Amino acid sequence: MPPPLQAQRLLLSQRRLPPSHRRRFTPVSSLPSAPAKTLAPSSSILSIRESLLSGERTAAEITAEYLSRLRRTEPSVRSFIHVADADAEREAEELDRRIASEGQDAVGPLAGVLVGVKDNLCTANMPSTGGSRILDGYRPAYDATAVRRLREAGAIVVGKTNLDEFGMGSTTEGSGFQVTTNPWDDSRVPGGSSGGSASSVSARQCVVSLGSDTGGSVRQPASFCGVVGLKPTYGRVSRFGLMAYASSLDVVGCFGSSVVDTATILSVIAGHDKMDSTSSSHDVRDYKSELVPLDLLESKPLNGMRIGIIQETLGEGVETGVISSIRTAASHLEQLGSVVEEVSLPSFSLGLPAYYILASSEASSNLSRYDGIRYGRQVSADDFNELYGGSRANGLGHEVKMRILMGTYALSAGYYDAYYKRAQQVRTLVKKSFQEALERYDILISPAAPSAAYKIGEKINDPLAMYAGDIMTVNVNLAGLPALVVPCGFVDGGSAGLPVGLQMIGSPFSEGNLLRAGHIFEQTLQNISFVPPLLAES
Amino acid sequence: MALTLLRGMRTPILARRNSGLFFTTLHPPLSRLTARAESAQATASPKSIQLATKEAAEQKTQGFEAVIGIETHVQLSTVTKAFCSCPYSYGSQPNSTVCPTCMGHPGTLPVLNSKVVECAVKLGLALNCKIAMSSKFDRKQYFYPDLPKGYQISQFDIPIAKEGYLDLDLPVEFGGGHRRFGITRVHMEEDAGKLLHSESGSYSQVDLNRAGVPLLEIVSEPDMRTGIEAAEYGAEIQRLVRYLGVSNGNMQEGSLRCDVNVSVRPIGQSNFGTKVEIKNMNSFSAINRAIDYEISRQILLHKEGQADQIVQETRLWDESSQKTFTMRKKEGLADYRYFPEPDLPEVVLTSDYIDEIHKSMPELPEAKRRRYENMGLSMQDVLFLANDDNVARFFDSTLEHGADAKLAANWIMGDIAAYLKNEKLSIDEIKLTPLELSELIASIKNGTISGKIGKEILIELIAKGGTVKSVIEEKDLVQIADPAAIEAMVDQVLADNPKQLEQYRSGKTKLQGFFAGQVMKASKGKANPVLLNKILGEKLKANS
Repeated sequence: MPPPLQAQRLLLSQRRLPPSHRRRFTPVSSLPSAPAKTLAPSSSILSIRESLLSGERTAAEITAEYLSRLRRTEPSVRSFIHVADADAEREAEELDRRIASEGQDAVGPLAGVLVGVKDNLCTANMPSTGGSRILDGYRPAYDATAVRRLREAGAIVVGKTNLDEFGMGSTTEGSGFQVTTNPWDDSRVPGGSSGGSASSVSARQCVVSLGSDTGGSVRQPASFCGVVGLKPTYGRVSRFGLMAYASSLDVVGCFGSSVVDTATILSVIAGHDKMDSTSSSHDVRDYKSELVPLDLLESKPLNGMRIGIIQETLGEGVETGVISSIRTAASHLEQLGSVVEEVSLPSFSLGLPAYYILASSEASSNLSRYDGIRYGRQVSADDFNELYGGSRANGLGHEVKMRILMGTYALSAGYYDAYYKRAQQVRTLVKKSFQEALERYDILISPAAPSAAYKIGEKINDPLAMYAGDIMTVNVNLAGLPALVVPCGFVDGGSAGLPVGLQMIGSPFSEGNLLRAGHIFEQTLQNISFVPPLLAES
Repeated sequence: MALTLLRGMRTPILARRNSGLFFTTLHPPLSRLTARAESAQATASPKSIQLATKEAAEQKTQGFEAVIGIETHVQLSTVTKAFCSCPYSYGSQPNSTVCPTCMGHPGTLPVLNSKVVECAVKLGLALNCKIAMSSKFDRKQYFYPDLPKGYQISQFDIPIAKEGYLDLDLPVEFGGGHRRFGITRVHMEEDAGKLLHSESGSYSQVDLNRAGVPLLEIVSEPDMRTGIEAAEYGAEIQRLVRYLGVSNGNMQEGSLRCDVNVSVRPIGQSNFGTKVEIKNMNSFSAINRAIDYEISRQILLHKEGQADQIVQETRLWDESSQKTFTMRKKEGLADYRYFPEPDLPEVVLTSDYIDEIHKSMPELPEAKRRRYENMGLSMQDVLFLANDDNVARFFDSTLEHGADAKLAANWIMGDIAAYLKNEKLSIDEIKLTPLELSELIASIKNGTISGKIGKEILIELIAKGGTVKSVIEEKDLVQIADPAAIEAMVDQVLADNPKQLEQYRSGKTKLQGFFAGQVMKASKGKANPVLLNKILGEKLKANS
């Protein structure tokens, strides 16, 4: 059994490769005969489970290993707004005691798995700020449903990860507390808004993490940080306990360093929740069990699968390195037996403005509750207007205020029809064009972002350029579809290249299919590893 | 008023930070008994005053007519709130029935209480509305400290029910008459919390117990023309919600709130005049008076050529001065930025569901009134009996046991109503059963007991229960209808009172009453009075 972390070994093998090979993998023409040759990630959750059950390691030891790496890397990465290290250690010891006294069956399937939770998900007895100063010091009375389900399965919440305030942003620079850096290059952003959740998994500060995706907030940072990110179908995971940004688009998603880990987490957090009327009662599958280990794969495991590559995502405004990574990934998918064709989604470019109108409109309403009256920061004031105005002016950040203003405008009498209603019509159009394309193809692919991670500060004063970066992802939220991002290649940048993610989009509730394809893709990538250089530095 | 609120904002922070609970003196919960009496209020005041008011109002309105529309908020008596599982009970300790959801905490989501839909469909059907097979919720957005989320979940463009009407009969003392008023719509929404202002006015506190309690808002067409029509519209809504069991309809507790829009226009003009909204009326009688005051005020302004001083505004009814006062002027229409509530799926109904509800509905006041009217009861009786569904049920049940309608109505409206009023009880709280009332009526009719004895038995039954038969036996109250027995008693009385008999014979015939009284006394009130008088008369004549 390989140890849970293969960083050392992977980095050694990576160092032996010439730089050109590091950034461009060689597509396989046939499957490797000996799996040992591959650098494909294995499941950290599985190895934790096996070492716990075999008695090889204790939960306390596993936790200590992650915490020590967290303490070493956190000063440069700054993934966490709050680290619950003492709680994590105590919970791990408790798990060990239960295993010792009651046996292995007494602990859940995620026992000893350290989870990072995006700080816009409520955690009882732990600060939950949504990345906003207006909630500085706020401790919810309850756990978000996704968090509760993870905890009930034995997972240990190691801390709350950084984000753009209330999920509004694509760089995590919009946090009210700190700027998170990209583990691949500390001068670059990790993406956003779930930047802290992506960087924490990338830097192996935790095993898996929860994020949220309203317009790409799981997928783009997954791409920037070289980890697997899943945005489930709208309603697949309960939103209860997720601080609402845009309720009709928000989805709780997850990050892992392998597709298997991501699938494992999805099975735990997915499913109907009576606390969220928009959550679906569609069957939850054991997604992980449907993933075939590499050594058992047939030679053409994707035989019969039809894949459409979205034309509009490989044109102007997309970095050439990103385009070539995606094209290489496409030919890899072809070699695995699938049929890949180009498909056009004519409404694709309409999605971005429609998204920003709808998301801002809902945000302007969802954020009204942050008024400083019942919880959170409150200014001293002599009248209502001052009380509301002062508390919100002080507590909310620039980007949030801008979106509240945009949304308020779009919903105002006289503008509603021209903006909100029009955007809803576009949304219907986008949904329809995806639906049509997904009748012809099992999976649609595209980049997860038009570029790899860019420099901190690069787009901070150019919101439109930052918004444009969401072009690859927002349509999927408008249509409510599931999408998986799997690291697929590199572009130049940093000391070891910058990762690029492949976005795979499916029909509603086809997560199983996406995970299966993503897993096969990931396991058959040759000579390529997505462990960031940060981990080799000590 | 605004200033008081404003000054108040510094302190509640402390209260919140310290405990999260505000300890504030509230009025003690009003007993439901006081509340129950209120529906009769409009008809309870002296007739002469009402007529005088009406005439005065008519004089003043010469040449003008008022146009009145009403928005009614009905608080539903569901076990839990509209969108969370908190209970609600009026008068609880502030902030004791709250949870993260109804306090608008981050990450919480509304989950619709299906009972709210059921109540809405019931009321919609009762108001003869078209029920929307598919309706949705919207957010109505504004900032106020008693509104935790910064928006109220309501229904905007697709209400659950629309285009209905309400039938009612005006009280006889107001001239009577049947009226049909249009119902524009009925929609579901949630209530807000309450601000509690300190006596000094230096701070205010927020009580969120009421936040999230389900409401139905009923919007009428502008079909009413007088204060009494509006008051009776409100009273009929109250009757309906009580009949349907969807609300206690209690105005003092705020379970039924009416906001009234009033405008006047010269008779013959088809355009509406500028409308004024009136709030803060705690009874139907207050609605009546507030509207009549407001109509007079507006007509006076018209007559004085100052119609331009009637502006679109909200006015408050002040009970102590019996006047309306400006609360706030409306500067253009408020923009609530309504948009569809994304946290709640559409409310989709099936026709089976609606049919089930329809079948489960009780007979409603209008149908009841028409049925009673057809029994030959007077409109006064009809209105009294149908006013309260408990009374109506008691009445109907009494009839089912064979009682005569007019007699049963007389007993209920007479002795029973008087008792209830004195003891502040409702008809379902007394021990008398409809069966025993019908027995009582039968016993009088067949001569077993006299009407007078009947009244005594009634009080006994109301207070202690039991059967007519047992009370009669226990107290030996069977009427003496045997002529021989009565004759014996008459003979005895005449023999015992020779002096009076002497006087009678010498022409003092008035003394027959004295003898009758003596005989009744001797019979312990049980002698059949008709028989007694007949026999006594014969004896006296024979002896003279």
